[in-house]
Amino acid sequence: MDVTIRVKRQDPEAGDERRLPYWQDYPVTIADNATVLDALIQIREDDDGTLSLRCSCRSAICGSCAVRINGHAGLACKTIANTVVQDGVIAVEPAGVMPVVKDLVVNFDLFWEKIEAVDPYLKHMGQEPEGEYIVSNEAMLHLSGVTACIMCGACVSDCTVLEVDPTFLGPAALAKAYRFTADPRDGDAEGVSMERLWALSEPTGIWDCTRCNECVQACPKGVAPMDRIMAMREQAIQAGYDNNNGARHTDAFTESVGHSGRLDELRLPIKSVGMMNLPALMDYMPVAFRAMRRGKMPPIAHKNVENVDAVRRIFARTQPEPEAAKVSNNSPFG
Amino acid sequence: MPEDLQHDVLIVGAGLAGMRAAIAARAGGADTAIISKVHPVRSHSNAAQGGINAALLDRGDDWEDHAYDTIKGSDFLGDQDAIEVMCRQAGASLIDMEHMGVTFNRDDEGRLGTRAFGGQRRARTFFVGDFTGQALLHVMFEQLIKSGVQRYEEWFVTSLIMEEGRAAGVIALEIRTGELCVIRAKTVIFATGGCGRLFEPSTNALIVTGDGMGLIYNAGGQLMDMEMVQYHPTTLAGSGVLISEAARGEGAYLRDKDGNRFMEKYAPNMMELASRDVVSRAEQTEINGGNGVDGCVYLDCTHLGEALIMEKLIQIREIGIDLAGVDMIKEPIPIRPGMHYIMGGIKTDVNGLTNLSGVYAAGECANVSVHGGNRLGANSLLDTIVFGERAGNHASDAVRNTGFADFDANAALAQERRRIQEMLDRPENGDRWGAIRKDMGDSMNRNVAVFRNEEGIQETLGDLHDLRRRYENVPVQNKGKTFNTDLIFALELGYMLDCADTIAVGALERRESRGAQFRVDYPERNDEEWLHHIVLTKGDGGPQVSELPVVITKWTPEERKY
Repeated sequence: MDVTIRVKRQDPEAGDERRLPYWQDYPVTIADNATVLDALIQIREDDDGTLSLRCSCRSAICGSCAVRINGHAGLACKTIANTVVQDGVIAVEPAGVMPVVKDLVVNFDLFWEKIEAVDPYLKHMGQEPEGEYIVSNEAMLHLSGVTACIMCGACVSDCTVLEVDPTFLGPAALAKAYRFTADPRDGDAEGVSMERLWALSEPTGIWDCTRCNECVQACPKGVAPMDRIMAMREQAIQAGYDNNNGARHTDAFTESVGHSGRLDELRLPIKSVGMMNLPALMDYMPVAFRAMRRGKMPPIAHKNVENVDAVRRIFARTQPEPEAAKVSNNSPFG
Repeated sequence: MPEDLQHDVLIVGAGLAGMRAAIAARAGGADTAIISKVHPVRSHSNAAQGGINAALLDRGDDWEDHAYDTIKGSDFLGDQDAIEVMCRQAGASLIDMEHMGVTFNRDDEGRLGTRAFGGQRRARTFFVGDFTGQALLHVMFEQLIKSGVQRYEEWFVTSLIMEEGRAAGVIALEIRTGELCVIRAKTVIFATGGCGRLFEPSTNALIVTGDGMGLIYNAGGQLMDMEMVQYHPTTLAGSGVLISEAARGEGAYLRDKDGNRFMEKYAPNMMELASRDVVSRAEQTEINGGNGVDGCVYLDCTHLGEALIMEKLIQIREIGIDLAGVDMIKEPIPIRPGMHYIMGGIKTDVNGLTNLSGVYAAGECANVSVHGGNRLGANSLLDTIVFGERAGNHASDAVRNTGFADFDANAALAQERRRIQEMLDRPENGDRWGAIRKDMGDSMNRNVAVFRNEEGIQETLGDLHDLRRRYENVPVQNKGKTFNTDLIFALELGYMLDCADTIAVGALERRESRGAQFRVDYPERNDEEWLHHIVLTKGDGGPQVSELPVVITKWTPEERKY
């Protein structure tokens, strides 16, 4: 197969415009079942030794070769070239969010800092058993779906929150955190990782995800980071960490739809930040004025949908029994 | 330019063996650093799929049974004292890994589950799906983060410095900046993995280029049993990517073009689960005899059922779909023997110490020797964590009352800069490293593979001689400093050529058939003349051959049948 590999390159040492990102076309002839990585290696070995990229295992386990292919993050070694050719061209760019070192090589420092920030190692509160921990195979298989993560950075590359807010822990580190919060061996005797869930409920954590689903699409290993983040929200609320914008937002959302069958968009943000939280409420004022000026202010009187009783009956069926007692909202560190 | 860096214990290579050594050395109180040309989780330990062996006493297993299976698997070339150390320690090391957080598959009672593996009489292979190596590697990295070991990630070691007859440190290139630095160390542990890329094709990752073996060989160290190269029975045609032995462990069949289970002829008792050398030879015999299709035979998983495959073989199913276009739930997948592992390596004692003072080796780059002529599947992960830990412990003890060897770091650095500048300044008309590596890989795979003979090995030795001449003029197109992979590959090729020489010389020297070495011109095992290790050291005209006895404690060599 003849194809043009169009590579976005950049050389910080160049004395000319190649210091800035530019596209270079490499026409190659490759086997029909060749991967995008096969094509890049062929270019590097036979044609242009100045092209820099990371790659190693060729079988989607080492996580080295995450790049953007036609605008979307993925592993070059797991992408069959003939499935992504567009008009004879495959566009290959460095992964997003992380700064470019050279050509397709990006700087992972921020990525690893975030991984380290979630204390990425098992923390068992009690005495270790003499032999192995006795846990169910189902629990381990469930975790293996997360530990399948190869830290390639594809999810981070395409995360729409990290793109604008580098403080967000991001999908890879949060999936890593879930690998512990969902591990029956981590945390207290019941396997609840209180300390972690408290820390993850803070700003930059689980409530900062906007559920855009890009990480799920980008992940080459089916880890589905966003789903893990949503699962941790549940765990955190279950553990009693519900005194924050995210948890209140969830409650306000549920309460509004459960009561009237539709979202009360006027009160949702107020309830989310907290009715008494004056500084945060003041921050909303400019948004409110702009909305008013453009005629987009939600109605002050919130009406029920027709047949609201049906909605309420559905809610009544799906709501869990109220819990007896919840643990304190305070930090577990006292 | 940073000031001289220095550490008590410096580990080169951050796969399982290297990280385990670093954690042990740090726990022993030594100022410890680990240096790796890739980020630790990119290391090739990832590629181990099927599992890790251990004889757990509370399962009714016995370390002596594990030891016997290992010794028989090695075709009696493994040192029995070292094998005893490994098999006795296996249970404790396995439980350590579980406590660290590895998500091992469980049995119905919630205890660690096992699967059967080749060359072993009982199921003692513990596993995480079919990505056990990856699961262990990432957990080891978690523990490395916790340990406080200094990490030099994406640094490439270009020289080992010996002074006053002992280890003094290394010179390394920071890949991101292109700066060369001296790192002083009282002890240096090499855990740099194998050298599989000098074969083409190979299951090995592109980073597996024999760096540590080459560095130690050039510093006067001993390589041992380098002719013992494992061809794995189930690799994909073309790319050579691995399909785990876990498939056969879970019950998959090997079939010829007519659907016959040909292993009946070669290993009537163990069938598909005979040792790897036996199965690979059987496949190659069938393929050469015209019973294959396009140079392959078939691995048939279709009778295992979707549920089992989706629970335990999910990664290899994906590899089959991605790289061969075959869904193993529905149809047999074409496979063939492919270069996978080297049993040979840097000669060490059971504490990882080499013949060079202060220099250690562990993992695939080392030869303790626990694998002898043929490694059992799932013994390699065990080897890395047992001997990685032992090397780390011993090295941290050794530095307590020792100072740093004194040497002129500036002079060493200046000399290394000149060497590398000379490579960068070469005219661009020589053959590229890629072409030289490919020719080397083809020659090795043609003549130093499953079946070997004197004529073929001599041909490859001639090829290697020519390749080295071409290598002396290999150009480096990239002249820059930032992430110059072109330069790294050119340096790696030098290590690969050194390793290739020793493999070919060892294969020529051993005039018998044992384990992975099958000489069609000497088809029998010959204990009288060849029950010893072949040691290779660097001489003026190439590798110099000597021999060392095999350590035999209580298992007398016997005929090997599966």
